[in-house]
Amino acid sequence: MMLAVIAGRLAAALPTLAGVVVVTFLLTRALPGDPAAYFAGPAATREAVEQIRAQLGLDRSLGVQFLGYLRELARGDLGLSITTGQPVLSDIVARLPASAELTLLALLFAALAGISLGALAALRPNGWLDNLCRVIATLGVCLPAFFTGLLLIYVFYYLLGWAPAPLGRLDAFAAPPPHVTGFFLIDSLLAGDGETFRSALAQILLPALSLGIFAVAPIARITRGSMLAVMSSDFIRAARAHGLSARTVVIAYALRNALLPVVTTLGMVFSFLLGANVLIEKVFAWPGIGSYAVEALIASDYAPVQGFVMTMGFLYVLLNLAIDLLYRVIDPRMEVTA
Amino acid sequence: MSAASLAHARHVLSGNPVTALAFGLFALLVGTAIIGPELVPFDPIAAAGPALQPPSARHPFGTDAIGRDVFSRVIAAARLDLGMAFAAVAIVFACGTLAGAAAGLFGGWTDRIVGRLADTIMAFPLFVLAMGIVAALGNTVTNIVIATAVVNFPLYVRIARTEASTRRGAGYVEAARLSGYGEAHILFREILPNLLPIMMVQVSLTLGYAILNCAGLSFIGLGVRPPAPEWGIMVAEGASAIISGEWWIALFPGLALMTAVFTFNLLGDGLRDIVDPRRRT
Repeated sequence: MMLAVIAGRLAAALPTLAGVVVVTFLLTRALPGDPAAYFAGPAATREAVEQIRAQLGLDRSLGVQFLGYLRELARGDLGLSITTGQPVLSDIVARLPASAELTLLALLFAALAGISLGALAALRPNGWLDNLCRVIATLGVCLPAFFTGLLLIYVFYYLLGWAPAPLGRLDAFAAPPPHVTGFFLIDSLLAGDGETFRSALAQILLPALSLGIFAVAPIARITRGSMLAVMSSDFIRAARAHGLSARTVVIAYALRNALLPVVTTLGMVFSFLLGANVLIEKVFAWPGIGSYAVEALIASDYAPVQGFVMTMGFLYVLLNLAIDLLYRVIDPRMEVTA
Repeated sequence: MSAASLAHARHVLSGNPVTALAFGLFALLVGTAIIGPELVPFDPIAAAGPALQPPSARHPFGTDAIGRDVFSRVIAAARLDLGMAFAAVAIVFACGTLAGAAAGLFGGWTDRIVGRLADTIMAFPLFVLAMGIVAALGNTVTNIVIATAVVNFPLYVRIARTEASTRRGAGYVEAARLSGYGEAHILFREILPNLLPIMMVQVSLTLGYAILNCAGLSFIGLGVRPPAPEWGIMVAEGASAIISGEWWIALFPGLALMTAVFTFNLLGDGLRDIVDPRRRT
């Protein structure tokens, strides 16, 4: 049953994935100016440009070019980065764990803070916590993530001296832990290396916090709204009338039901997080795929940018798929309609 | 707007000082964008004093790394920032509303094509797609505006489509049809005017997002070229100084950015109360 559901959802995601590929292809063909002249360099003769054009396949029809593009894609060939001299795919694979670790930690923080804040606010409508929740929900969406990051750096690095310099995943003297998952926090624990773990944690806290604050607002807002609705429903009144403890009513009955709409908004939250991730990586010199794309973009090195856009598109579609499946796990009623 | 709805707006505003504040801030922002660059005390792109001066009476927001007056730059930047956001929202308002209304009214293939287009855009994290579009079309301010318009397209389509499809069978649409008017007349003269109030709420809410999107793109070095004053690029210029303690270069443009987004979000919520009281939260 569950397998059939997964297969069904995967099949439904295929047109979207195809859309991602088509858009990325169109973006590669819309390069500013003449790509052949660009790749040939400023000193190239007319013949050299034509030769490059033929080499790149730019003289053929759009359909033929698209087929060639698909063939390259199937081989995992996303082109070469001019800046690093490496294949884009291996660059992205090497840098993806850094971005994933940062984004997931930020999401964890945002979910914990947002859900507890929203739920507690809903338990005492118009109490001080509710007002705090409203202020955070209003201000949080106005904060540009890159600006929050800089403010945190100023306070915690410059003024208080608690945080290390915002320069990457580890301080300059620490060596990265042996590669298992690529997540420094997990790898250093696996290696039993407490010092590396502390260093990695100190480096990741501020960027994860700046990224997470951005996502606290929507999560808290949705949790508060749905918790308010759930708390006034009949089954909560029934649970209370049966004499269940306040703790059981709130956590086992109300929160579990209130979380359903929160899970559906996770897709939107991820769209925010993955986008803001690029900005945060630039602020904190974080060696992830976002800063990779930004550096390439500034150097007019387009293959990494296109590889990055496609990777993010694929990741986002898969994340939405995972969220969809998670929703079915939390809400058994969905299986009937699946 | 008729006298009755003006009275209604006044009634809502008097009971809601926050919305009145939002309208005030909005007027201030637009005024700054229109006449601000004419009024600033110093030339925003020329050195006005020693570099890296903290805020003082002469330079209320201090000076930046090459001695330009940060206050003058923050004020002068309003025109470019608001201009980019307004242009992007105007484009997506026109295209998105039209496409969504047509999809909702006609259904069938129109609906399928518009829906597929919107879904494909939504398949990307929006800021990432905007980066890709600017990279592909070229690194200019115009392309930042276009990219911001494109990533907002699905939102406008979805709302206009829902609103149009609920009005498809409305009495006045049926009446127009029976009077022998064509579908184009129904779309432009019956459906679209009725969507305007709802879409205006959306315009205000997306203006805030559009400003953030444009500023974010210029923060990573796209579109706006130095020395042009623009809030995103100014925060980027202040980023290296903040590590050595010169907080004012990044703080003030960042606060300006926040204030603008805050104003548009408040305004959107307030407009929604006036236009669509049922959705009040």
